[in-house]
Amino acid sequence: MNSRSAAPREPRADDLGLDVERIREDFPILRTRVNGKPLVFLDNAASSQMPQAVIARYVRYRTSEHANIHRGVHHLSEVATREYEAVRAKVRAWINAGEEREIIYTSGTTDSINLVAHGYGRKFIGAGDEIILTVLEHHSNIVPWQMVAEEKGAHIRVVPCNDAGELDIETYRSLFTERTRLVGVTHVSNALGTVNPIADMVAIAHAHGAPVLVDGAQAAPHLPVDVQALDCDFYAFSSHKLCGPTGAGILYGKARHLEAMQPFKGGGDMIRSVSFEKTTYAPIPHKFEAGTPPIAEVIGLGAALDYLSAIGIGSIGAHEDELLRYATDRVGAMAGVRLIGTARQKAAVLSFELDGIHPHDVGTLLNEEGVAVRTGHHCAQPVMQRFGVPATVRASFAFYNTLPEIDALVAAIRKVQKVFAG
Amino acid sequence: MSAANQLYQDVILDHNRKPRNFGKLAAASHQAEGLNPLCGDHIWVYLRLKDAQVDAIGFDGQSCAICKASASMMTHAVKGKSVTAAEELAQEFRDMALGRLDPESAEHHLGRLKVFAGVRDLPTRVKCAILPWHTLHAALNAVAQASTEGEDDPVPGSGVEQPGHA
Ligand SMILES: Cc1ncc(COP(=O)(O)O)c(C=O)c1O
Repeated sequence: MNSRSAAPREPRADDLGLDVERIREDFPILRTRVNGKPLVFLDNAASSQMPQAVIARYVRYRTSEHANIHRGVHHLSEVATREYEAVRAKVRAWINAGEEREIIYTSGTTDSINLVAHGYGRKFIGAGDEIILTVLEHHSNIVPWQMVAEEKGAHIRVVPCNDAGELDIETYRSLFTERTRLVGVTHVSNALGTVNPIADMVAIAHAHGAPVLVDGAQAAPHLPVDVQALDCDFYAFSSHKLCGPTGAGILYGKARHLEAMQPFKGGGDMIRSVSFEKTTYAPIPHKFEAGTPPIAEVIGLGAALDYLSAIGIGSIGAHEDELLRYATDRVGAMAGVRLIGTARQKAAVLSFELDGIHPHDVGTLLNEEGVAVRTGHHCAQPVMQRFGVPATVRASFAFYNTLPEIDALVAAIRKVQKVFAG
Repeated sequence: MSAANQLYQDVILDHNRKPRNFGKLAAASHQAEGLNPLCGDHIWVYLRLKDAQVDAIGFDGQSCAICKASASMMTHAVKGKSVTAAEELAQEFRDMALGRLDPESAEHHLGRLKVFAGVRDLPTRVKCAILPWHTLHAALNAVAQASTEGEDDPVPGSGVEQPGHA
């Protein structure tokens, strides 16, 4: 596509068979107007929107199915327990895990990673051991490991990236020693959109006997994920980036790791029996699910996975790739714009900065045009340092975004430049 | 025109491009560093105090246009003022940005700083406007050449600190 001469397109179903206009009808929030303009929601990497089907499922649970789970023999408790537990199968299928008991409900990606840091890291990482992370990590895959390293006297090694935002795999390979105990790597960078070569990285780590935790927060909504093909040891993601509610998330772990780990939180639901002399823990996954969980949110996640499955992750990814290609061409062609993150393999994220204009000023003025983007360091300050910027403007796409919305983004950026040109 | 556009038109164009008193001050007697983690704004305010008066003031650092324009106008406004008057102005500015002082009805000494009243309609940007004033406050109360970092919330008075996310 030669976008430099491309005229704004008419709204239409795209070439890949995704009827976006019809899909948009499913998302009531997309009818919002901001400052008198139609909302152009391009902050999907922070949190995506819920379709009516998910909202309705959530309301139905609240209206007619709620009770605490695993506790009562009464009707509602049985319904709630069944609906809640049924989501494990949907999640298992979404990431092609081998077994349902390898799916642990958490409150989100951050919680999932902390679970691994506590349950695996604090048990199996000791003084002088090493943890390999990458410069592309979200803070939630850095800070828990720093806490473990500080407590245990372990060290963190960081995989660098090139100017395009691609990890340096040769350096990665060279970081392994006999003290390497774990690798933490994001599947897709939330700040740049880089898709990392997880299967290759896992194979390298396993050759050195190190397990790999993959932060899948930005991958699970956009790419087909197959944890068995990746052969990763842990995979973490959040419901709210997958068109589901906030407050729920998933940790996948290989059963043998989960069984060897210590529990993260102690309390009700995670035990087999308790006495003051001795408590025995429940088998996985419940060993890691102490206390009353976010029942409605997990059930909402199930409805979101049903919705996304019906569209198909292949069609979703293909449409988002087209959006990204178009946005990259159009925004990249503008004078005074620098794209940050130009990896060959990317998903759904366009980070950039405007010459001489701070990203937060850009964000405020784009909002005046109804365009919602994220501005800031995206909880990935090492990435910002690597590229020598305090912050970036990030447009991130979902399958319900359209090419005309990208035209609106481009027009709004022009307006910002005009304000600053005086 | 919207509040945001108005604010940018009124102050950003001038002060962002040509900030007054920009640069490190030679022979500063007081200085402080201000950080807004949400925005990444990072500035320094330098003061030379003489007889409890702001004899000279400067600022530098990296920041968004709202912060830079606010800092620029602040230096212009407090130069030559007594320490007490500068502190009073800082408090008034903060109250205005937070919507607690309406410059159209209440008494104040804000003068041209009134153009920042519109920032109260941009809740995510209030801190950007206030940061220079808080940094000034820290500098006024700082030991010469000391940094306040770590001792104090960079922007108090704005409620709960909002961390960056996502
Ligand atoms: C790559 C990545 N990891 C982790 C997180 C944290 O997710 P949550 O805030 O849902 O725990 C996010 C987004 O916030 C992310 O983009």
